[in-house]
Parts: sequence; structure tokens; C-alpha cells
Amino acid sequence: MNRFALPLALFALLVVVLAISIRHSPDKSLIVSPLVGRAAPGFALPSLTDAQHRVRSEDLRGRWYLLNVWGTWCVECRAEHAMLVDVAHSGVIPIIGLDWKDEDDRALEWLAQLGNPYQAVALDHDGRTAIDWGVYGAPETFLVNAQGVVVYKLVGPLTRESWTREFLPRLPRPAGVGF
Amino acid sequence: MLPELGHFALILALLLAGLQAFFGIAGAHLRRDRWLAAVAPAVAGQFVMVATAVACLVTAFVSHDFSVRYVAENSNSALPLFYRVTALWGAHEGSLLLWIFLLAGWTLAVAAGTARLPARFSARVLGVLGVVSFGFLLFTLATSNPFLRLIPAAPDGRDLNPILQDPALAIHPPILYTGYVGFAVAFAFACAAMLEGRLDQAWARWTRPWTTSAWAFLTVGIALGSWWAYYELGWGGFWFWDPVENASFMPWLVGTALVHSLAVTDKRGLFKSWTLLLAILTFSLSLLGTFLVRSGVLVSVHSFAADPMRGIFILAFLVVMIGGSLALYAWRAPLLRSSAGFELGARESFLLFNNILLVIAAAIVFGGTMAPLIADALGLPTLSVGTPYFNPTFLMPVLPLLALLPVGLHAKWKKGRLRESERAIGVTLAVALVLSLAVSFGVFAQAKVLTLVGLTLGPWIILSSLLDPLDRWRRKLSVPRAVLGMAIAHIGVGLFVIGITVVQSFTEEHDVALARGEAASVGGYEFRFGGVAQMEGPNYDGVRGSVVVTRHATALGTLYPEKRRYWVQGTVTTEAAIQMNRATNLLIALGDDLGAGRWSVRIQVRPLISLVWLAALVMAIGGAVAGSDRRYHLAARSAAAAAAEGAKEAAG
Repeated sequence: MNRFALPLALFALLVVVLAISIRHSPDKSLIVSPLVGRAAPGFALPSLTDAQHRVRSEDLRGRWYLLNVWGTWCVECRAEHAMLVDVAHSGVIPIIGLDWKDEDDRALEWLAQLGNPYQAVALDHDGRTAIDWGVYGAPETFLVNAQGVVVYKLVGPLTRESWTREFLPRLPRPAGVGF
Repeated sequence: MLPELGHFALILALLLAGLQAFFGIAGAHLRRDRWLAAVAPAVAGQFVMVATAVACLVTAFVSHDFSVRYVAENSNSALPLFYRVTALWGAHEGSLLLWIFLLAGWTLAVAAGTARLPARFSARVLGVLGVVSFGFLLFTLATSNPFLRLIPAAPDGRDLNPILQDPALAIHPPILYTGYVGFAVAFAFACAAMLEGRLDQAWARWTRPWTTSAWAFLTVGIALGSWWAYYELGWGGFWFWDPVENASFMPWLVGTALVHSLAVTDKRGLFKSWTLLLAILTFSLSLLGTFLVRSGVLVSVHSFAADPMRGIFILAFLVVMIGGSLALYAWRAPLLRSSAGFELGARESFLLFNNILLVIAAAIVFGGTMAPLIADALGLPTLSVGTPYFNPTFLMPVLPLLALLPVGLHAKWKKGRLRESERAIGVTLAVALVLSLAVSFGVFAQAKVLTLVGLTLGPWIILSSLLDPLDRWRRKLSVPRAVLGMAIAHIGVGLFVIGITVVQSFTEEHDVALARGEAASVGGYEFRFGGVAQMEGPNYDGVRGSVVVTRHATALGTLYPEKRRYWVQGTVTTEAAIQMNRATNLLIALGDDLGAGRWSVRIQVRPLISLVWLAALVMAIGGAVAGSDRRYHLAARSAAAAAAEGAKEAAG
């Protein structure tokens, strides 16, 4: 091998390292949202179930919660709904619904029919809050910690697999989820 | 409609880049001169198409078209016009489009500038640039299309990342990218020379102005980024060895080596294969920097949203471009021989040391930046490399580099008769040493060893840089721009060394808790806190503090540090208040509200910090002056004349 081929050999080595580092660290795939690791955008929206009150992000401070973006017009949301109900039953973490660009009657009907996993449902009629949160399309689920920082974001329906693999390991151990 | 037009223009640009690459490289290889004629129109067409795409996206931003996802994510109806335009490169997709636009611009300039060079050579250069452009266009269209629609359209946008809403940062990416992309030209020249299997001194002369200009842009770009980090991030420093900063610094270091090695190849026909390798490495590091930032492999304050698919695509692109050019190098470089020799004390040896030390410095930065990745690949525990590694190790090659510079400036080409310049070297060194002692003990009344070393090296470099132009002027000889530019750039180096030494040695910094009316004394200045007031901007609100600065009982003015909260993203940014006082930089940043009217306030007194950025600007001006030397244009013209001669002979 001539000495002029040395740079090529070193570069080949570098490619191996880079290829491994792309594949190797599962953490990297999490940075799908620039919001992860940052403070969750604030909101104060009318509640679907309680006309007297508003659902406020400030009231959620101090505990972990899931923010689930859904709508009755969304097919995938119907698919994930059973899983949300299961999570709600397990009592591990409260779920806040963000009903995105939806009609209230239909939403109430949907919850009556499929069960209500949500502690509260915020109505985002004009979609402004969804934009603040960087929502691409429903369903999306955000995990927010007690300090109000977005810990994880899932695009697409919540499944048992993604729940056990992505959400559960991120929750504070053990029983003390903080509420 | 316009976004679709922009998308379509990008697809056409991709096709034209493919044609440019094919006709340029294959045409020259197969000696089909009619194919070569298609190359320049393809370059022009590609530029028009890319410019159209940019115009479409800018229009979408300016007219608040929130049905375009990229616009909805990076703009807002409250965003001022200036930032709506610069929001174009506020995130990944638009940054890539900017990259491509600048490459198209450089390629157009190269097409115009190399029109006088031998036709096949210039076709090869443009062909290689076509390959680069093709890769980036394909990347954009396949993984990062900025024209994707958002259905239903958003009623309003999420706003531009607030830390990017700053004039310095708004113009930082275009200038930095102009430098990065400019090194693609040196790369293309190197590949063309290897494809041709011929590299002479004329080649180096053609390559020099392009490389020097790219280097000057990169210098300004890095300096702007550092300046922004200083006053916007409020961390109180100008360089953090952040992976993204390093990604721009590595091509700069190797590019600096390239600028010097090209000088030797131009003047003496030496270092041919080394120069080629540096040209490849400089651009490769620019590409690698893009990879590291865009793939999300490295997490940094600068990273945008990352996507593993993009990482894989860029990696494949790196393999093709860097791997291909290095393979070409392994194959062709052994054919290039230099016959001339030089003596130990000759200028060539100093430039050789310059190159070796700069490459070592780049390797140190590279090692520190890549170490976390390598540890990760080997399954070792997570590694974090920061200032404690970089600062001392980086000094090891850089101190000898700076010490050799003033000596090397006195050396002559080819002959190692340093003895003739012994007096000049000694006198300049003595003057610098006296200055250094006077400043350290006269002004600041204290000094560490490195302070004295730095304060001696700086003036020594400046004085030595002045000798040659002054000597020419005294003897009523002309001072070519190349010589003048070199002197200016080296004076910039000297100023930089002085600035950095003073800042590092004599900075005072304190975090204090102040209530309204209380004062703190730092570095001979008194800072009296006047409390905070609420305020509101176009798309943010926040608080503004006021601090009255006095020195020796003379009021110097009031500073207003701010804490802003941007409405849409809810991000809080710190706007430090900065004031210059006789080259001393006073920085005040608001910390936290401690309650009961008390605030934590960070106060820094940094003498001469502005000199650091000013010096970088001086270096860049030197580069610009040297790059505009008429000698290079004459060289191009005489090459054209020679080619015409050759054609005439062949015809006769």
C-alpha cells in the first residue's frame, strides 16, 4: 500500500465510527421535536366537560402528565383510544387531552362511546396551541415532567409497545410518580 | 402556487446539476469538446432555478403563507420583515437551500472566472462542482423539502427561534456558508487536477484567489458567530469549544494551512500532493461539519431538529465525495513529483512547519469533537470533552506556530540564509519584549508566564509583518496586493494574540445580588442598580434593568440589560447590556428575580475583548486584499494566451 492511500484508510475508519454512532444511540431518534428538553408551551383553553373552568398548563405544574392530541376526525386516534383508556386505568400518570380543531358535540359523543381516559380535555378550536406545541398531525402524545419540561414526544398512535419501551422507562421511579 | 413552483425549480436544478456534472467530467475525459459547450449554460440555468426556489420561499415568508410547513414552523405574523427574510435559514431545510444557493453562486463565478483557462480543465472543475450540487439538491428534495404544505394551513406560525432573532446571527449563516462553500471551489480545482493527472504552478496560481476569498469569508463568519455568542447567550465568553463551533473551526485551520501551502506550490512548485490533500481535507471537514450538525449525531446548543434518515443520507454522500476524492488521490498523487529542493532556514521550511502545526491543531480539535462519538461506538461510558481538554492541548501546536511566524517572515525562498536577518529578528523581538513588560506591569501590575509570552508574541508578529512592506516602500518599490494582504492578515494574527492574552489574563467577573439603589464595584468600575421595569417588544415582553456605571466618580452612562419572554414559544432569552469604555468591555446580564426587588446580576469587566473580533476582521481584510491581487488575473489571462498559441500551432 502506498502512503498516499493512508488518508483513504483513515477515512474508512471514520465512516465506521459515524455509521455506528448513527445506529448505536437510540437516544438520538428522540430529538424529533425541538421541543424535547425545553419548557412546554403554555395554554389556557376552555374545557370540554366543564364549561365553568379552563384547562391551564400552570395548574399542571408540579406533576408529570401526558398531553394527547386528538380529534374525532382522526382515524388513528380511534385506534389508539383503547390503549389510552388502559393507561388511564393503570393510574400511572394523568392524561390531558387536546381536542384539536373539533366539534364539541362529536367529541362528547366519542368519549361517551369509547370511554374517557382524560383527566381534562382542552379545546383547541383554532389550532393555535397545537402549533405552539409543534404538532404535525394527530395523534401525538407528549410526556411532560413536574418542572413543565417536555421529556418525550411520540408521533402517531400510542401502542403497548411504545408505551412500555419509550414512556415507562422515562417516568420517575418507583411508585412516586409525583401525585 | 408559488411553493409548488419553487419545488419544481429545485427539481429542474437537480437535473441541470446532473447534466453539468456529466458533461463536464465525461466530456473532458472522452475529449468531446462539443459536450463541454453544454457545461456553462447548465451552470447558469441551475443558478436561475435555485434563485427562483429561494425567491419563492422568501415570498412565502414575507407574505405569511402559513400553509407552507417550514414557514408555519419558523415565522409568525408578529415577526418583523427583516427576520421574516432571514428566517429562510432559521432551520434545517432553509439552511440547506441557502447552502445550495451559495454554491450555485460560487459556481457561476467560477464559470465566469475560468472561462479563460483551458476548456477541459475548466469543464472538469465545473463538473466536480456539479457533483457536489447534485448531492445537496438530492438531499434537500429527498429528506428536507422546505416547500411541503401544511394541510390544513396554520392560522399563525410558531415563530422563528428567538435566539436567532438578532442581526449578527441573521447574517452569520450566509457568511459562514459562503466560506464553507468557497472551499468547494478549491476542492473542485484539486479533483480536476487529479483527473487530468497534471498539476503545475499555474494550477496553484488559479486556485489561490478562490481559496483566499473563501478563507476570508469563513473567518468573518466564525467571528460573527463568536460575537453573537458573547452578547446573546450571556455566558460571558467568546469561544466555548462547542461541537458546532469546532465544526466551523476545523475547516478554518486546515484552510489556513492550504492558503500557505498553495503559496509554496505557486512560487516554488513544491508540496504538490500535500496541497491537493489539504484542498480535499478542507472541503471534507466542511462537509463533515454539516454532517455533525445536521444528523443530530452530536447534541449541541446549535442543533436543529435532527432526523436519523438525514444522517444516513449525508453519510452516504460523505462516502461518495470524500471517499471518491481520497481514492483519486491515492491513485494520482504518486505521479506528482517535485524536483526542487530547499534549505532548512528557507521560507519553505517555515511554511512546512506552519502546515504541520496547523494540521496538528486541527487534529486536536477533531479528536476532542469526535471523542464522544468514538467512545459511544466502542461502547465506552459517555464522554464529555470541554475547555479543560481543548485550551491546554490546543496551545501546544499554536504557541510554536506563533513563535515561528515572525522568524519565517524574514526568511527568503529557497536559501536558508537566516543570518542576514538576524538583526531584524532580534530588534523586533526586543521591542516586543519591552512592550510586553510595560503593559503587564505598568498597566495591570501583574502577569503570569503565558501573559508575558502572549504579549510579546503579538507585537513581535505585528512588527515583523510591517518590515517587508515598509522596506519596499522605502526603496520606492511597488507593494503588490498579495504582499500587502499578507502583512495585513499577519497583523490581524498579532492583534488577535494580544486581545486574547489580555482578555484571558485580566478579566474580572462577579455575580452579585443587588437591590434597587445598591452598588457593586468590579475592576475599578462602580455599578449602581436602578431596579427593573416591565417592557414590551413587537413579539415579546419582559423586564429591563438599569445600571449606572461610574469610574473615578465620573458617570460613564447607563446600561439596560434585558430578560425577554417570546410569546409564541415561551422562550426566555437574556440580552446582556454591553458598553465599550476605552476598549474595555463592560457586560451586565440579568440573572434571576430573587424577590423583594433584589436581582442577581452578572458583571464582567473584560479589557480589549473587542480586539479579538476586530483582529479576525483584520485577518479577513488581509485575505480579501491578497485575493484581489492582479497577478492572479494576469495569470489566467496568460494561460488563455498560451492556450490560444497552442491551438494556433496545432492548426498550423
